[in-house]
Amino acid sequence: MSVVAEKELRIIGFLCNWCSYGGADTAGVSRFKQPTDLRIIRVPCSGRVNPLFIVKALLNGADGVLVSGCHPRDCHYSEGNYYARRRLEMLKRMLPFLGIDERRFHYTWVSASEGARWQKTVTDFTKVIHELGPMNRQPAVSDKPSAKIT
Amino acid sequence: MTLSKLKELVQQVLPEVDVLIGYKQGFDPVHATPAFVTKPEQINDLIWNPLCVHNLCSYLPFMKDKKVGVIVKGCDSRTIVQYMQEKLIDRTKVRVIGIPCRGVISVNKVLHAVNHQPIESINFEGGNLVVKTPEGPKTIPMDEVMPAKCSICQYPTPLNYDHLVGEAIQSDKPKEKVFEDIKEFEKLSLEERRKYWEKEFDRCIRCYACRNACPMCVCQDQCLAESRDSHWTSQRDDLTEKYMFHMIHSLHLAGRCIECGECERVCPMEIPVAKIKKKIGMELKELFDYVPGINPEDTPPMYTFKAEEATIQEHKL
Ligand code: SF4
Ligand code: SF4
Ligand code: SF4
Repeated sequence: MSVVAEKELRIIGFLCNWCSYGGADTAGVSRFKQPTDLRIIRVPCSGRVNPLFIVKALLNGADGVLVSGCHPRDCHYSEGNYYARRRLEMLKRMLPFLGIDERRFHYTWVSASEGARWQKTVTDFTKVIHELGPMNRQPAVSDKPSAKIT
Repeated sequence: MTLSKLKELVQQVLPEVDVLIGYKQGFDPVHATPAFVTKPEQINDLIWNPLCVHNLCSYLPFMKDKKVGVIVKGCDSRTIVQYMQEKLIDRTKVRVIGIPCRGVISVNKVLHAVNHQPIESINFEGGNLVVKTPEGPKTIPMDEVMPAKCSICQYPTPLNYDHLVGEAIQSDKPKEKVFEDIKEFEKLSLEERRKYWEKEFDRCIRCYACRNACPMCVCQDQCLAESRDSHWTSQRDDLTEKYMFHMIHSLHLAGRCIECGECERVCPMEIPVAKIKKKIGMELKELFDYVPGINPEDTPPMYTFKAEEATIQEHKL
């Protein structure tokens, strides 16, 4: 059930297998109420999240993207989230330069035991995206009159 | 005179290498073109003037099996340093002839200034350029036709070389001005910035010249932008795909772009693509106090991390 009364928007969540995916699971098992706009993609590590995943999602149909991994010092692979932090921070600073609201992209750390923190993150982020509304996207080519070949 | 000194050094270096890359006159007086010198008699074709705009280092990663000599300006020399960091060249097989540089010209700007008339001759007199076309001679101040990088150049003397042509010079361009254009652009609203890039990218024909000319784009034969398998980009001609391509190019250059401006110079649609990379450069400076292509011992910031990042704050929702 959506926290926000309106229509759902499309939010993509990249969650690391070891912490945040577990955290979301904990929230589910504990029956914490959560908005349902988020589509989760489970990745082995936040270090696997190529910043271009986020760009691709935002340009092609997502209204918001959330990335969540293990807290710094807790990465299952020791250092994946450290690399992620640098890359994602760079992306976050780049988006507004190109005219994309950086609030549509959020990255954070949630551990497997933090069901409540997960619930709050996803609820707050969904609220932000609903405040921003749907992303103003370029019409896909199929929506344009097709070019005439003469 | 610089040219005779340069030829002298080339003469000295040539026997040690398989090929030496410099500049020679191109198809018309305003275009210089890369010269591949293998024989002493070709040395006479070499030129040196503000028309020598290309970053000749770009060839080096693709010529790893050869001993190569190369002529570099201050800005080009950062490519050598970056290649050393990323182990893209074997420095012991490269002979670098560095030239302290006072600035080059943008061929596009010159062509615009003479209404794209055919150019009969071009001369450099003091701080001016005298361009002769069928409409007669025209005097243009160098400052007006310089590429943006020269007006803020911090490294006129090469940072890494084996031989230097003449005396090292210091930059006379104020440091505070380097990112002025980026800061100015950031005063626009989000909506205005978006409109700006939509208008610019709309002209992009995805010829990928910007990528091909980029000295740091070394994986051109397996570029993500051309991978149809993972659907990074498609062959559709819409803005989304163009945006995506430019995000690929610029994010892959984060911490590696040495700001040579080649991407922007070669764009047939005159899209200011170097501006995006410059913005990354500005953020790198702020986040990691880092400038690419300065010290061969450095590790590019995206290839490393710190457990505590003093400059990265956790974002609150
Ligand atoms: S940026 Fe500096 S070194 Fe490079 S061409 Fe311009 S003045 Fe010369
Ligand atoms: S060189 Fe210009 S037109 Fe060609 S792909 Fe790059 S930005 Fe687009
Ligand atoms: S992105 Fe442009 S400015 Fe940067 S290294 Fe490549 S060609 Fe040079």
